[in-house]
Amino acid sequence: MTPQLLWLATLDGVAYAALVFLVAVGLTLIFGVLRVLNVAHGSFYAIGAYTAASLGIAISSGGLPGWLSYPALILAAVLIGTLLGSLIERQLLARIYGKEEVLQLLVTFAVFMILEDVQRLVWGVQPYFQDTPLRLLGTMEVAGVFYTRYQLLVLPATALVVLVGLRLFLRHTLQGRVILAVTQDREAAMAMGIDAHRVYLTTFVLGASFAALGGALASPTTALVPGIGSDMIVLSFAVVATAGLGQVEGAALAALLMGLGRSFAVYMYPEFEVLMPYLIMVVVLLIRPQGLFGVAETRRI
Amino acid sequence: MSILARALAACLLGGLLGVAQAAERPEEIVIGITAFLSGPASVFGEPGQAAAEMIIDNINAQGGIDGVPVRAIYVDEGAGGEHVVSEYRRLVQQEGVSAMLASISSGNCNQIAPVAEDLKMLNIMWDCGTQRIFEEGDYRYVFRTQANATPEMVATVLYLLKTKPDFQTIAVVNQDYAWGRESWKIFSTALKALKPDVQVVAELFPKFGAPDYSTEISRLSALRPDVVLSTSWGGDLDTFVRQSAQRGLTGMSTFVLPLAESSLQRLGKDLPEGVIVGGRGDHYFLHPEFRDDPAFQAFSAEFREKTGAYPIYPVFHMAQALAALQKAYEIALENSEAWPDTEALVDAMEGIEFRGLTRPVRLREDHQGLEDQLLGTTVHSDTHDFAVLDNIMIFPADPITTPVGQISEEWVETLDPAMLEMEVDTYQHGQ
Repeated sequence: MTPQLLWLATLDGVAYAALVFLVAVGLTLIFGVLRVLNVAHGSFYAIGAYTAASLGIAISSGGLPGWLSYPALILAAVLIGTLLGSLIERQLLARIYGKEEVLQLLVTFAVFMILEDVQRLVWGVQPYFQDTPLRLLGTMEVAGVFYTRYQLLVLPATALVVLVGLRLFLRHTLQGRVILAVTQDREAAMAMGIDAHRVYLTTFVLGASFAALGGALASPTTALVPGIGSDMIVLSFAVVATAGLGQVEGAALAALLMGLGRSFAVYMYPEFEVLMPYLIMVVVLLIRPQGLFGVAETRRI
Repeated sequence: MSILARALAACLLGGLLGVAQAAERPEEIVIGITAFLSGPASVFGEPGQAAAEMIIDNINAQGGIDGVPVRAIYVDEGAGGEHVVSEYRRLVQQEGVSAMLASISSGNCNQIAPVAEDLKMLNIMWDCGTQRIFEEGDYRYVFRTQANATPEMVATVLYLLKTKPDFQTIAVVNQDYAWGRESWKIFSTALKALKPDVQVVAELFPKFGAPDYSTEISRLSALRPDVVLSTSWGGDLDTFVRQSAQRGLTGMSTFVLPLAESSLQRLGKDLPEGVIVGGRGDHYFLHPEFRDDPAFQAFSAEFREKTGAYPIYPVFHMAQALAALQKAYEIALENSEAWPDTEALVDAMEGIEFRGLTRPVRLREDHQGLEDQLLGTTVHSDTHDFAVLDNIMIFPADPITTPVGQISEEWVETLDPAMLEMEVDTYQHGQ
């Protein structure tokens, strides 16, 4: 492999990892706090993407300036995360926190299936496309190959901002510390007067917003079709399992590993491209069953 | 009398009545149609269904088939092969369908062909592309009213070699499933037979439904092959083309996209000029021989009014399947006074020649349709807000279709470069 190809594979891997990280970090955050493996997370990704595309189309057909499509990406993420996220948490998940894990899985899976159909009813099945944000920034040449600035700069930068921001939020703000406290020990936190239900709601909305943001950011680069949510959820499960459930920094590292693994595979053994993330997961879990950053838990009775 | 015996008696009686009624004119002709109404392939299923609804309404508005109205029942292929097969059986055994049009997916066609044979049901494979079915088996009840992967790929190779004879290197980016793999096998074998010095520099098979091809595009940008082939379709093709155009790859390599006729309207002018495009048959809403034909124009306008888009190839395939069925009824009714049963219809389908919306299609003795193939190169014009085709060639079906009794993979290896001298109808822009 020449240095040029090494560069190319790295850049591709990082851009891809950035999107995967955004979705996976929401999933792992929700699991860390709520202890629910949320299959409907993929729907937030898909609906966030569709909403962002619709807003973008409305902006361009309304003759508004193109740069508005950037705030539209954030708006779509916040809208979907807040509205859909709080609705699902309050109306459904709040009823099943104490129940068996299998039941929780089934309920979120059912939500996922329902939202897939809602998405089809609202947006239909024909591919959607809206790439104003990507066009605005144009391309740049790296090692003789053209890249879109959007992919090379915007995506990794957003992922980095989310990673650092989330770390600061969790470690250095009251609300963040409260979330960490509930993650560590729910009963003790509640005994200290923390309103766990509020923490659950905040976390779920935050996590859902990250997934929707991942979708919104992906929307300018890809055609939106039914089923994009399910593909993403499977991949982010792999990331979260590799990282260790509930580990934010771990999710970043795992996403990066998988992104790079995948892009290097395309250059060297294209047949392994699809397999790569799962191969990495299996190898990591064989060596560290609790995941890269996971801590082995003592079972509470 | 036990319940079982009663049921048996009822069945027998029903069966006898059925036979007695077979000669009589039914109140309606029910046909079953399978199509993707959900999932990524609904980009084909929805227009196919819209076309079927429109054509059947038109048939009924003109009094139906010999005075009998037609009604269609639709089955969603997106629900999976098992569901399709069980629905198929239900339609045949309980809904009393007279014919089945199945299906879009080659996997479903493979599964359904033996079932149709078993149920003795006239089955028209209206859209699926696998070349295997009639090469590997002999069927009485199964017909295909369009071409298959082999002529589609051979025509693409011929068009490429006629328009760009001196290229040296090629790379492929196909979806990782049966169609992506098989179409590449036929294409590459035909290419090697017709131009042995071509070098294949990359064979990439990204996941079906992949949202991102940036790594593939980076690698191709570094390799700079003369030609990039992709037989992808739907959202996958749209994404691949857009990402390639955004990053300038479409300017470096000639793109060859045998299914892109179905993406033209969605891609708009993101699909650059100079891309080789096919439409799985001679399917194109500006077909040079029919664009001025009033019936063709009327169909196109009506379809556009109903769906908001111009017809794409599944619409043409649906029109062909229904035209064949209608013709089979006509022939059977000419042959006999009695209302045709399945056997009479199947007999009428043998060697039938019919016309959907474009050139006529004839079924060979192995039930494979001989459908001409249209390819062209994209240009941007002021008349449409998406790329249209220029330098259109229509390849006659006979010489590019695997002869009866031969296997495509073996036949394609024997192609002779002299084939490139073949006479082909060519249409330049504005002619």
